[in-house]
Amino acid sequence: MENKKNVYSDEKLLKKLLEDKNITIEDALENEMVINMGPQHPATHGVLRLVLRLDGETVLSVIPELGYLHRGYEKMAENMSYIEYIPHTDRLDYTATMCNNVAYVLAVEKLLGIEAPKRAQYIRMMVAELSRIAAHMVAIGTYAMDVGAVTMVMWTFREREKIQNIFDRLAGARFTTSYTRIGGVANDADDVTLKMVRDFLDQHQSALDEMDKLLLRNKIFINRLDGIGILPKEDAIKLGITGPNLRASGVEYDVRRAKPYLFYDEIDFNIPTQSEGDCLARYYQRGEEVRESVKILYQILDKMPGGEVLANVPKHVLPHKTEIYTKMEELIHDFMLINYGINPPEGDVFFSAENPKGELGFYIVSNGTGYPWKLKIRSPSFCNLQALPVVCKGAMISDVIAIIGSLDPVMGEADK
Amino acid sequence: MAFKDLIIEKIKKQFEKSIEEVKEFRGDLSITIAKDKIVELARFLRDDDELCFETCLDVTAIDWATRKNRFTVVYHVYSFKNNFTLRIKANIDGEPPQIETVSSIWPGANWYERETYDMYGIVFLNHPDLRRMYMPEGFEYYPLRKDFPLLGIPGSLPLPDKLE
Repeated sequence: MENKKNVYSDEKLLKKLLEDKNITIEDALENEMVINMGPQHPATHGVLRLVLRLDGETVLSVIPELGYLHRGYEKMAENMSYIEYIPHTDRLDYTATMCNNVAYVLAVEKLLGIEAPKRAQYIRMMVAELSRIAAHMVAIGTYAMDVGAVTMVMWTFREREKIQNIFDRLAGARFTTSYTRIGGVANDADDVTLKMVRDFLDQHQSALDEMDKLLLRNKIFINRLDGIGILPKEDAIKLGITGPNLRASGVEYDVRRAKPYLFYDEIDFNIPTQSEGDCLARYYQRGEEVRESVKILYQILDKMPGGEVLANVPKHVLPHKTEIYTKMEELIHDFMLINYGINPPEGDVFFSAENPKGELGFYIVSNGTGYPWKLKIRSPSFCNLQALPVVCKGAMISDVIAIIGSLDPVMGEADK
Repeated sequence: MAFKDLIIEKIKKQFEKSIEEVKEFRGDLSITIAKDKIVELARFLRDDDELCFETCLDVTAIDWATRKNRFTVVYHVYSFKNNFTLRIKANIDGEPPQIETVSSIWPGANWYERETYDMYGIVFLNHPDLRRMYMPEGFEYYPLRKDFPLLGIPGSLPLPDKLE
């Protein structure tokens, strides 16, 4: 019984909050007070809990608390083969499933030392960029909803829905795609799918303009975000912030340019940055990134090469299903890969990719067997949340909502 | 001179006796250093004019289960100036395993060290806020250690008492 109490008390946390001044809870209105926001607050994006110390409506300090999901993805990775783990990467950042799939298989391919064929890599690039647009649509929509503009969420989800339809045709699933394979992708993108992508892009530009018109002529929206939650450049670098949040603070760092993977070095695109580092800058940043993604996608469609979508490396890459039924060699390879795994050489690699939330890294340690000895996910949302205590200090309590939305955390990723 | 060689040369010159291993695998450079030199190395990497490793991307640990130095703490640091990711490793042992924190050098390492403490029970000495990250305070086990079963330990996470 003793032990039970101990597990659920937050003594240390409370002590930390009360450490510099005693708070009289009975007379809350006259004093500083400690309140909880979340984990069931509608604006805390899932299961984020913030413990706030307030003086009136002004926030004196914030302590973010994670740890409500307990999915144990890193533990599960150690007990699964590399191929089996692909569907689990979907569930990390569930707004950008394809980006996670691509980052994970690229990490495994780096460990194996193999490369997918060019067409597969281009398709991966295409789905990753579509996924980025979809994720930013969710980010912008829910962000606007957090500060009161509910119409926006309908508009952005309408755009996202069109992307899901493309994924439905390509991967056979709208939400949990699990589309990539080690050494390639699951299915080839046929002409109809490519046409769907082009049609989507053609109408997307004007949809974006409409959204901008809706929000940026809205005085309430601007006033709630302008100059709120400023994250200075130096702090962002020190805290290890990545992705749109870092670029909104004025650092021109994008993994797609810094350490090009796939064929991003063949594509012409800009890295938009903002200088203000406030909530409004982070809104602009995401909007501009979507426009860049559209530009990238047009180039991908124009340059899409022909050929295979799975690498010819029988010891590491699963053969096509049709071949398993007709050819003995392929049947044996399939059997060996499913039963004993892909057995990469001993060693460790770190691979990171640019995700909608920031830099997603996989650190894999292999001991030569079919299971990873260790797989660590460097998730961007987890790290970005570290900025909350810095940016919330001195803000009003209603600004906290805007700030959380502007950082765009996905708790599935922060709370592995 | 390639940047990789520059790092190796500079670190070897500065920490001659403390470097245990320099290894390159698939283009990733990793340097293993004695655990008592980790803060010194971190400060050197951040403050050196040519190296400028300003950001700590990640901190984690590996549990080798049967080896003499059971845990390896792994740091990934990034230099914006040189566009380079470096891996630093330190082998530690003992119960509880201990190592000095680098969060005074890279504030971003704060949460990652808490996470490593939570998952592996590695104590980061002088850490400003070493609490559990995901598991509740008072949870006795470290889930990512190899001796923690995949299905968990029954009764280790009791439900809260029912309100009367």
